[in-house]
Amino acid sequence: MADLGFEVDDTVDITDVNCPVTFVKTKVALEELDEGQILQVHLNDGEPVQNVPRSIKEEGHEVLKLIDNGDGTFELYIKKVGD
Amino acid sequence: MATDYATLKKGGFMKQRQKDTFSLRLSVVGGQVTAQQLVAITEVANRFGKGYIHLTSRQGVEIPYIKLEDIDKVKDALAEGGVSPGVCGPRVRTITACQGSEVCPNGCIETEELAKELNDRYFGKELPHKFKFGITGCQNNCLKAEENDLGIKGGLRVSWIEDKCINCGVCAKVCREGAIKIEDGKVSLDNDKCNYCGRCAFSCPTDAYDTKPGYLVSFAGLFGNKISKGVEIVPFVEDKETLFRICDAALKFFKENANPSERFKFTIDRVGKEKLDEAIWEAYKGNN
Repeated sequence: MADLGFEVDDTVDITDVNCPVTFVKTKVALEELDEGQILQVHLNDGEPVQNVPRSIKEEGHEVLKLIDNGDGTFELYIKKVGD
Repeated sequence: MATDYATLKKGGFMKQRQKDTFSLRLSVVGGQVTAQQLVAITEVANRFGKGYIHLTSRQGVEIPYIKLEDIDKVKDALAEGGVSPGVCGPRVRTITACQGSEVCPNGCIETEELAKELNDRYFGKELPHKFKFGITGCQNNCLKAEENDLGIKGGLRVSWIEDKCINCGVCAKVCREGAIKIEDGKVSLDNDKCNYCGRCAFSCPTDAYDTKPGYLVSFAGLFGNKISKGVEIVPFVEDKETLFRICDAALKFFKENANPSERFKFTIDRVGKEKLDEAIWEAYKGNN
């Protein structure tokens, strides 16, 4: 994998669930982390990629990067903000 | 003494099929009714009506089965609760609105204040025929702007902020108009394709869009015996002052050109749309 410029602390796959569970699953994974740690989210194209990054931002976390895997899935990198 | 039905109708009392019985239309602005008003409405409906209200197709509230002899008592009871009668007949009708950007995540413009301002300027204004204003906060168009004689649709003019962008590409994905292209890390926006829906800005995870709210105005919609979709004349309107000038110009045009009982659409068909276009463009440019 290309150098991201940061270390990933945990990963979660949300390609097996639908909205709004996509967001809920991401949120639960973030709750396990400490402030400043980074979560990698594996998500589907379409509705998840259009909505999850926005919802995460609205929760106050920092979206660092979104990478298109080219196979209909994406990797989203989130830095946890707040406890 | 003969009952003056025209005056009653103007004051919101709609004649029912039943003799000397009225459905009282109340004034509602932008679909907002306070809890206190609801209490007053409940009391009147219980005491003078049949204990129910009717919600109209345009966000109105009516209290059916009000007796002619109770009209003054009903008006007083409503006034105490901060409720006033609405209007019917040939004049500016209820200003309808969705909840707008104050409440709705998709909303591009503030709608509640705008509805009140339009109401203060125009509500009840005497015209050759009915005239309806409707405000919808975004392209989702929950309030069906183009059904109205004058429809206002909120939008966002967006511009990309390069140094906040992480090149995730979500904006290009959510754009339904194909207006966003990303090449070599640069976002370009095709203004001819952009419909001001704001999806790019809303979906952006890093707030890399600067947004400016504004209005798309449509004219001469109809959704009754005849159906016709309101049409836009001028481009995106960026300030309220210009919007009000445009509204003033449309009402002036209608008042001066319409025959009695002729809807805006048919006035325009008769006198020529180019004449309305001219009046609206002048207002847009601030020349009137």
